[in-house]
Amino acid sequence: MDRKVDEKKFRQMNRRDLLKLTPVIALGAFAIPKLQDSLLGRGLGFSDWMSARLFRSGHLAPTFSTADLTPFARFPINDYDVDDPGIIFENWSLTVTGAVQKPGDYRLDQIQTLPRIRQNTRHICVEGWDVIGRFGGARLSDFLKMVGADLSARFLTVGCADDYYESLDMATALHPQTLLCYEMYDQPLTRKHGAPLRLNVPTKIGYKQAKYLTDLKVTHVLDKVGYWEDQGYSWFYGL
Amino acid sequence: MSDAVVEIVRPVAKAKGEEAATEELMVVGRAIYEHPLPVRICHWLNAISLFVMAGSGLQIFRAFPSFGAKIPQKDLIDWPRSLAIGGWLGGALQWHLTFMWIYIATGLVYIGYEIFSRNYRQVLFTRKDIPGVWPMVKHYFFFGPKPPAREAYNPLQKHAYTTTIVLGFLSVVTGFAVWKPVQFSWLAWLMGGFHWARLWHFLVMWAILAFVFGHLVMVILHGWNNFVSMLTGWKKNPDYE
Repeated sequence: MDRKVDEKKFRQMNRRDLLKLTPVIALGAFAIPKLQDSLLGRGLGFSDWMSARLFRSGHLAPTFSTADLTPFARFPINDYDVDDPGIIFENWSLTVTGAVQKPGDYRLDQIQTLPRIRQNTRHICVEGWDVIGRFGGARLSDFLKMVGADLSARFLTVGCADDYYESLDMATALHPQTLLCYEMYDQPLTRKHGAPLRLNVPTKIGYKQAKYLTDLKVTHVLDKVGYWEDQGYSWFYGL
Repeated sequence: MSDAVVEIVRPVAKAKGEEAATEELMVVGRAIYEHPLPVRICHWLNAISLFVMAGSGLQIFRAFPSFGAKIPQKDLIDWPRSLAIGGWLGGALQWHLTFMWIYIATGLVYIGYEIFSRNYRQVLFTRKDIPGVWPMVKHYFFFGPKPPAREAYNPLQKHAYTTTIVLGFLSVVTGFAVWKPVQFSWLAWLMGGFHWARLWHFLVMWAILAFVFGHLVMVILHGWNNFVSMLTGWKKNPDYE
């Protein structure tokens, strides 16, 4: 025998069951212009937090054979302003400041006394394309030890000759594949590819691998975040 | 409440002067409780999330609408901005990287609920559903006779819904391979590498969108009572019981 329900009560039941769907309306908050930016900012922040949790210091980015390399001529030249800020190499140095025992100006030949690492890694652009390049340079972790950096500091910020700026979390800075890169394809960096010094960070998205470095600061407080982050992109963006 | 069938009744007015020991009730319809609340909530959350994920995904795709080399770049298609969400790459990524968590959480709640409540039997395509698929296809697309309805979802529906659940899972897995090709390098490797992961992610989206199109057509064709069952849970006058 099926249960009998009075039709008025049936309508009431249906209305109540419909109302139980109201939690779904909460997503409508994303459609409210005043709330949208802050909600999306929090969402991006959560994604960054998850990314930091997923980062493993010992896990290496895949490396590739010579046959897999993208030909140098097809390695895109990217910039946000000019592709050659006209650095005078004789006068160039990397100015190191912040939580370090030996702040000051470091010349390229000083950086080149550190062991040179060469690696074939994938460079991924936020746009979705990627190339496999050959990068050479000193481990950033070796350089940080050379300048007596406080490795318990959380961040590293860099400034560039074209006024670009970026920052890294210390765990990524200390990763064995993070390089102060001064070579590409076994040749000194060309001007358009970031000479004399750029970051090569195979565990990060392309825009964090700043070119034409001029300043490096070890800091506990992130005062300068990054050019693209300030436009609304992710900060951590680990791959 | 699941599979509870009720008779909807209305008290009948008695003729003047008549007396009856019990009130007379007229059956005005039947109804079955088809969709529990968690299923309905997840359905509508997904409707919104999928819309945002596909829309923002297409805006992200616009930034490099190719699966070939960067130099020389050969675009597959110029997808219109008006059919995408986010306005620009940065905006689209904010939507995509925010809603992915809502989409994943909804998926986990749905799968968890279906398993623990045993409600999965309503939607899961199994071996015994195989013989029923072709008659259903003939009926929908080739003017074949309508097979008798025995349960809430016919075999073709179960096939479509089960496949889509698998596609939903694949959209997340391929997405993770594209988002974290270093930390999940093994996952990317399983898919054939970063380029393939990106292509699979794109193709899975189109497969899901094809399902959504078919689903919307079927919902429209099957009338109001059927549509309402995903709002209130109750389907009036079902053709099966």
